[in-house]
Amino acid sequence: MAVTSDTPRRSPARAVKLLRESPWSARFGMAVILVYVVAALFAPAIAPYGETEIVGAEYEVWSEQFPIGTDNLGRDMLSRVIYGARNTVGIAFLTTLLAFLIGSIAGLLAATLRGWVDQLLGRTVDVLMAIPSLIFALLILTIVGTSVINMIVVIAVLDSTRVFRLTRAVSMNVVVMDFVESARLRGEGLWWIMRQEILPNIAAPLVAEFGLRFCFVFLTISALSFLGLGIQPPTADWGSMVRDNATLISYGDITPMIPAAAIALLTVGVNFVVDWFLHKTSGLKE
Amino acid sequence: MTDANGDDLLLRIRGLKIEGRTEEGWNEIVHGVDLDLRRGEVLGLIGESGAGKSTIGLAAMGFARDGCRLSAGTIEFDGRELRSAPESARRKLRGNRISYVAQSAAAAFNPAHRLMDQYCEGPVVHGVMGRAEAERDAIDLFERIHLPDPEAIGFRYPHQVSGGQLQRAMTAMAMSCRPDLIVFDEPTTALDVTTQIEVLAAIRDAVEQFGTAAIYITHDLAVVAQMADRIMVLRHGLLVEEGDTRQLLSDPQMEYTRDLLEIRRFRVEERPRPADETPVLEMRGVTAGYGASTVLHDVSLQIHRKRTVAVVGESGSGKSTAARVITGLLPPTAGEVLYDGEPLPARFDRRSTDQLRKLQMIYQMPDTALNPKQRVEMVIGRPLQFYLGLSGSKLRERVRALLDMIELEPDTFIDRLPGELSGGQKQRICIARALAAEPEVILCDEVTSALDPLVAEGILKLLDRLQTEFSLSYMFITHDLATVRAIADEVVVMFQGKVVESGPKSEMFTPPHHDYTDLLLSSVPEMDPDWLDRLLAERAELAKQGRVLKAADN
Amino acid sequence: MDAVLKMVAQRLALGLLTLFVVSLIIFASVEMLPGDVAEEILGQSATPETVAALRRDLGLDRPAHIRYFEWLGDMAQGDFGRSLANKREITELLGTRLWNTLFLAGYAAVIAVPLSLALGILAALYRNSLYDRLVNSATLTSISFPEFFVAYIMIAIFAVSWRWFPAIVNVTAETPLDERLYKAFLPAIVLTMVITAHMMRMTRAAIINLMASPYIEMARLKGLTRRRIILHHALPNALAPIINVIALNLAYLVVGVVVVEVVFVYPGLGQLIIDSVTKRDIPVVQACSLIFALTYILLNLLADILSILSNPRLLHPR
Repeated sequence: MAVTSDTPRRSPARAVKLLRESPWSARFGMAVILVYVVAALFAPAIAPYGETEIVGAEYEVWSEQFPIGTDNLGRDMLSRVIYGARNTVGIAFLTTLLAFLIGSIAGLLAATLRGWVDQLLGRTVDVLMAIPSLIFALLILTIVGTSVINMIVVIAVLDSTRVFRLTRAVSMNVVVMDFVESARLRGEGLWWIMRQEILPNIAAPLVAEFGLRFCFVFLTISALSFLGLGIQPPTADWGSMVRDNATLISYGDITPMIPAAAIALLTVGVNFVVDWFLHKTSGLKE
Repeated sequence: MTDANGDDLLLRIRGLKIEGRTEEGWNEIVHGVDLDLRRGEVLGLIGESGAGKSTIGLAAMGFARDGCRLSAGTIEFDGRELRSAPESARRKLRGNRISYVAQSAAAAFNPAHRLMDQYCEGPVVHGVMGRAEAERDAIDLFERIHLPDPEAIGFRYPHQVSGGQLQRAMTAMAMSCRPDLIVFDEPTTALDVTTQIEVLAAIRDAVEQFGTAAIYITHDLAVVAQMADRIMVLRHGLLVEEGDTRQLLSDPQMEYTRDLLEIRRFRVEERPRPADETPVLEMRGVTAGYGASTVLHDVSLQIHRKRTVAVVGESGSGKSTAARVITGLLPPTAGEVLYDGEPLPARFDRRSTDQLRKLQMIYQMPDTALNPKQRVEMVIGRPLQFYLGLSGSKLRERVRALLDMIELEPDTFIDRLPGELSGGQKQRICIARALAAEPEVILCDEVTSALDPLVAEGILKLLDRLQTEFSLSYMFITHDLATVRAIADEVVVMFQGKVVESGPKSEMFTPPHHDYTDLLLSSVPEMDPDWLDRLLAERAELAKQGRVLKAADN
Repeated sequence: MDAVLKMVAQRLALGLLTLFVVSLIIFASVEMLPGDVAEEILGQSATPETVAALRRDLGLDRPAHIRYFEWLGDMAQGDFGRSLANKREITELLGTRLWNTLFLAGYAAVIAVPLSLALGILAALYRNSLYDRLVNSATLTSISFPEFFVAYIMIAIFAVSWRWFPAIVNVTAETPLDERLYKAFLPAIVLTMVITAHMMRMTRAAIINLMASPYIEMARLKGLTRRRIILHHALPNALAPIINVIALNLAYLVVGVVVVEVVFVYPGLGQLIIDSVTKRDIPVVQACSLIFALTYILLNLLADILSILSNPRLLHPR
């Protein structure tokens, strides 16, 4: 039984309607993402102190002057949490973007060209994925040294394997369709087939995957920073802030949990939005 | 059939309404249908897709698919109201007193269990018989419906048994508790015509032997004519007409029913093959296959200008592979394809733009042949831009002209996405896309088989009109002999990758024939309610003479 | 059966090949160091003579492929070489730590696998119910939490406020099992929470996916109970996807263990690899990576083979 698919003209009215119908979880997620974006963009204006400015004694308690105290070097925690939005989230976002660029282009090429290109890319990815990515990242970072650029590249390359797999899989579903065959028989070139025939049909799962990948990359980078191998001091970063101040927890002070909660809150928000998006578009493809 | 008001009424449905869930909420699919069924009676439900016939069939079991609900009316089975009955009560009836035969037995048998386990499950769970007794009974039934090797077949897994046999095994399974009513939901639609006969015969035998009542759902009037005592014609969730089979077929009251009966009468006058002309398209001694398996063996055929060649055969006959060779998707291992007497490069990406342009293709499934993200204007406009270099207002004008040609109002349709079109409209857009390239030859791969009969006929008429208007040649790949009768000038019969017979249409429909052609031709159901009886009798007679006509599947 | 044996043999061969390539990568990555291990050991103040001498000592002057096969051979015999940091035998370092890590991962798996399967099947059974939505939101949240966040929450509550469990897990080879179980409870629970969410969601999805198949509708139309449909008709077919889910998560567990070990100062492999990365103790990192990769590959291989064996189409060919 053919259900009339929802293929509306793009219009603001439709977007508003979609928003109004969204469940509380998705709205909550969107609000969270908005707050983080604002914090990241306007960090210098919002934060009471500078990112690396030493403004007081070490481990000062919560006060009017320092709403959530100071850290192990006497820097204002709140300011660092705000700057963390810019650093941690920004770096994770860049990494995800890079991973997507590599993974989706490779995946589209593999699915469209098939043959030896597909074999080569596929086998390479199989091997890369046979090593757990955190371990692989650790190994590579030991060798090339821990710097932000190295980390971005290493994680992006490792993560692009998952993007490749997904892009290839969903593209394969589209490539076998008669309309792609029809375009090939018309004599269309590779670029047209990838850009016009396949991409519009895999956009929805790719967007959802972007959200999920972002969460994964964000958590991986936070974990690396927490382990002292990611974003390096004195840059304000949530993962390393937890690590630097972790001793407080054994004294019953939960301040170091705040940056950890900041990480958790954003991933929860993104996951909620993606979950809703997937639910909305599940009629198209998984 | 005895008195209508009497106690022998088995199923009585009144004012049945069924709703389906959509984005906007609940949407009514069936708008109040009444249905009566007496014990031992076979009722045919017929209609196009979306008529609600399957939904009604399932509702007779007090069942609604996920996303559907029985919103109003009463369903009385043997005096018991099912719609308001608790689920546990309905469960006791299902599989026990009412059972179901699904469209695709291959999908409806659980791949993880042997046929015998699935057969015995019903009787054992419902406490009708013990496991050992059920197994003996299964073997007995398998034998009665002429399944080969009835002792052993039950111990196979579904994927080890062919489609036609599975469908018969499913009929046997439906009989396992000796129900009062069986719902047959398009049980032969997924099968080839030659396989269909045996399944139809098995179903009819089984139903007659046990005096079981049945609801037989199909979109094929000729099939239902063989099976049903009475027919209900449905459309858009409403009853159109109801009557005894013979009476309905000979004297239909409603126009829609008359249209359904008319369908197979459309005929194009056969045009003889022009003498001494180089065929526009020719396959010469083509052998091709995938990997190690050869699908086509030395196939030759010719298509002349302004003519239609129909290539007929069942699934696996290699007819679609032939099309792939012609289009250059599958380079042959031997032989060649000639265009206007000149050999075409074997691979499509070695062919010139002009060679590609002259040979267009229309697909079986309009749903997958159109990019769901491209609007009609782009779908039709792209070949114009790509081949003919049109752009701007010229392009738009031409698209509108093409929409006119395929009888779709340009203003209404030019901005639509495929999701906003019906099946027939989509197929028309596909035709316009092929036409936009200004081709000489169009390959039509089962272009009507995914469509409802009336819509399909509209497409055939359109293709016929366009052929004269634009001097087109068609290669029509089909398994449906009615389509062949309607539109072909010449016929090529394929069987297991070989051409077994070919010639002008008039010759092909008069005996004598190759055995396979005979089997194929005689297996096409006719509207005559006595057709199946006569055919089975004829085949039995032939078998006595030692000439066995049977599907490869058996 | 022959077809199955052939497929299993193919998978095994593929697994071996992958392992070989992975070992090659691990070995080659060190070769790509600017300079080499000898320079790394001696630091920047070393004279060219001392570097050359050490190189000869370590056998670094011989061609790479010969050293690779020697290294591989040694590894296969359990000889991982010596640590650069403290010159101890790596095998010695690994011994108890490997066992500790496997213990922790196994501990978590024993709790998580049955729990998540039960939760997942229940959620599929009562799809769209309040329970389903609640579990869905809860697991989504739990997936979103970084492991160290969950770990510190646990510590703050159960170790600092209530003092039920220790915040630092110091186990040795002599620690008796019951004490081990008690001490490792918090890290095991943290790991359980992380993977249960994944496994439960994937189990639910696998079953729901199956519930849409025609043979499930057929089972319903045969008048079977919901319980029988799920257990007898859906589950046997969901086996392959569920096995995959479990293997995937167990493999993840082995990696997730790293962060949790660091938080709880648990003397396992994860702790060791992090220490060694910080110290750039390359032979140890190599050895640990290889062991992690080996576990990961083996688990995935096992899943592959089990799903072949649970497929009736392959087990009973035409």
